[in-house]
Amino acid sequence: MDVDPVILSRLQFAFVVAFHFLLPAFTIGLASYIAVLEGLRLWTGKEVYLRISTFWIRIFAVSFGMGVVSGIVMPFQFGTNWSRFSDAAAEIIAPLMAYEGLTAFFLEAGFLGVLLFGRQRVPQWVHFVAAVMVAFGTLLSTFWILVVNSWMQTPAGYTLVDGRFFPADWIEVIFNPSFPWRFLHVVTAVYLTTAFTVIGVAAYYLRQGRFVQESKVMMTMGLLLAAVLVPAQALLGDAHGLNTLTHQPQKLAAMEGIWETRGGQPAVLFGIPDASAETNRAEIAIPKLASLYLTHDWNGVVQGLKDFPPEQRPPVAPVFFAFRLMVGMWAVMLLITVWGGWLGWRRRNVASPLYLRACTLAIPTGYVAVTAGWITTEVGRQPYVVYGLLRTADGVTPTLAPGDVMVSLALYAAVYSVVFGAGLYYLVKLVRAGPGELRHAAEPGPEQRPARPLSAADVEI
Amino acid sequence: MAIDLVPVWTVILGFAVFMYVLLDGFDLGVGILFPFAPGDAERTLMMNSVAPIWDGNETWLILGGIGLFAAFPLAFAVIMPALYYPILFMLLGLIFRGIAFEFRLKAKSGRKWWDRAFFGGSLVATFSQGIVLGAFVQGFEVSGRQFAGSNLDWMRPFPLAVGAGLVVGYGMLGATWLLMKTEGDLQRWAGAKARACLIGVLAFIGMVSAWTPFLQPGIAERWFSWPNLLFLAPVPVVTGLIAWWLWDSLARGREVAPFLAAMGLFLMCYLGLGISVWPNVVPHTISLWDAAASPKSQAFLLVGTLFLVPIILMYTGWSYWVFRGKVRAEAGYH
Repeated sequence: MDVDPVILSRLQFAFVVAFHFLLPAFTIGLASYIAVLEGLRLWTGKEVYLRISTFWIRIFAVSFGMGVVSGIVMPFQFGTNWSRFSDAAAEIIAPLMAYEGLTAFFLEAGFLGVLLFGRQRVPQWVHFVAAVMVAFGTLLSTFWILVVNSWMQTPAGYTLVDGRFFPADWIEVIFNPSFPWRFLHVVTAVYLTTAFTVIGVAAYYLRQGRFVQESKVMMTMGLLLAAVLVPAQALLGDAHGLNTLTHQPQKLAAMEGIWETRGGQPAVLFGIPDASAETNRAEIAIPKLASLYLTHDWNGVVQGLKDFPPEQRPPVAPVFFAFRLMVGMWAVMLLITVWGGWLGWRRRNVASPLYLRACTLAIPTGYVAVTAGWITTEVGRQPYVVYGLLRTADGVTPTLAPGDVMVSLALYAAVYSVVFGAGLYYLVKLVRAGPGELRHAAEPGPEQRPARPLSAADVEI
Repeated sequence: MAIDLVPVWTVILGFAVFMYVLLDGFDLGVGILFPFAPGDAERTLMMNSVAPIWDGNETWLILGGIGLFAAFPLAFAVIMPALYYPILFMLLGLIFRGIAFEFRLKAKSGRKWWDRAFFGGSLVATFSQGIVLGAFVQGFEVSGRQFAGSNLDWMRPFPLAVGAGLVVGYGMLGATWLLMKTEGDLQRWAGAKARACLIGVLAFIGMVSAWTPFLQPGIAERWFSWPNLLFLAPVPVVTGLIAWWLWDSLARGREVAPFLAAMGLFLMCYLGLGISVWPNVVPHTISLWDAAASPKSQAFLLVGTLFLVPIILMYTGWSYWVFRGKVRAEAGYH
């Protein structure tokens, strides 16, 4: 029964983070998109950008509000379930997390109110600046939280005294080896998540013949962004993978399903990793390909999992499958982008109901991809919480009994299903209502409240 | 690093926690009084009176939580596991209440359910916070750098009594807030509730004050040894004066004074708590200095805090200023 509180605490942490992160995964990109729309409106003076922006600001408000509410839980998790990890690593991760929180509040305090409620009260350029600052603020929050995450993956700039980590050099802590690639990879991923949400929503309207002008603009903007970022993500993902190969070889071996160390590694397309037999079942592989993309040499040597003692290996199957799921989602995005580009080139974008349907069905791709990517990197870090230095099992709160975590996990699951259920229902309703019909209802009266993101959306339930 | 940053962080953190108790206190209190309101229109008004500010109020909870983690990590690592359940219930209550808040204002049907969720969430969150406070004063079993007691240690008479006391206390803050923000029948109703809550609060203050010195010999010594007795005598005296001021201003039908007096009562209780546990951050076991992060960590965060917290404060003040005055039905949220 020793492992139970650890496994359950991990499940609970994964549960609350996964649900929380679905919201920022969307709002980070959306904030930037709104800033671009506001900029285009300022520059061209075209009303269509205003209508699209007003629509998405409403969606942003609700998503951001839910993100804040579900985010309150996060810092407390560290203390309640991971007290030994908190004691060991607080000197480094806590100030970084505090910066994340302060940044988020600073942004909410100042510019979000202007963005959500100030359109009629401030000059257009001030509203644009507010949109840019909100977008900048979300990226700054992303920066800090990924610093924490990356430091746990590739710790640097610390001294270890009596099992506790102390900062030696903050610059080294912040710009630890995996941080730059992770940051670029994640920001690109959340931008793509937003792009494919916008594309899917626009396709939904086009199929119904509603808001055609707005939807064509959204579609074009989304596909243009995807045309740049989908290929870019392949390069960034590759670079991030090479970084993992250098700093976390057993994670990479688990992602690739590589057991033996040898030259000319095959790329495993599919297989069922079997940890006890230390091999993959039903494997389909392309000879030598993995060595080529990992070492840029057909016969390059790549370390396999057998090089590491079993107690230093991550669970292989979840990492292996989550990685494939993420890449699969990327492939769907690539398909949508190329297909859309081809239709656009043939000028048949609007006329293909099949394509529009596919776009709407592809809305979840980004959310699935970021969640799968996150599972890949976090489960791949196991059995460590601070990679190579502190084992996850040694980070858990010593007084926790399995029953405690079962109760809390069940309660979180129950409350989140109500809260996220209601939130999702409301978001769908806002999307169904669309950009046009609420153009005037969205103009704030004198009694409108700032500081409350959710109140910027005023569709009734 | 020549400067000791511990006092600086003690002040910042003490301030953040007190801001939270005051600000979220009155809007949680409005939630606690919610089901007793005369009618549905009044409930809508009550919600509108806190609608512009409640989520800003909760900002301070996160600042307090993360601040403790960053500035006094050892205290965080000991206190959080000890309060596993109260913290869990508090968080779930706050989430539930926050969402209920927003959706009730938008809901056409099913309002009753959101009303119940708003009341239930507020009550659970407040009661849990009281338990957190009571268990904190009672102290935790510590071994090495970790909590060593049981997860149900908080289920003792003292924390539960403080939990009940805080429910009445937040109710008093909420009632005096409504007295200031409303008029007519609702205001009269709030005045009656404020008086009832004040009686309850005074009973709880008396009980907790009499009980606390028996929890730990150190607390009794702090208050009753000479010359502390002399220096600390003003605390109960001023508390009594403020209580009288609150009672009197309620009787005279004042609108703003009762809210100020209610906040004053909270301030005195907070001071009393501070005097009882000083200089420990985990009462009776770990001092502020022993729990403090290294100067390098404290200094790193202080730079951003000194820049950002004043801005957040200015904004908070501004949003209260913008929504000053009475809430009225026609100006309500739609």
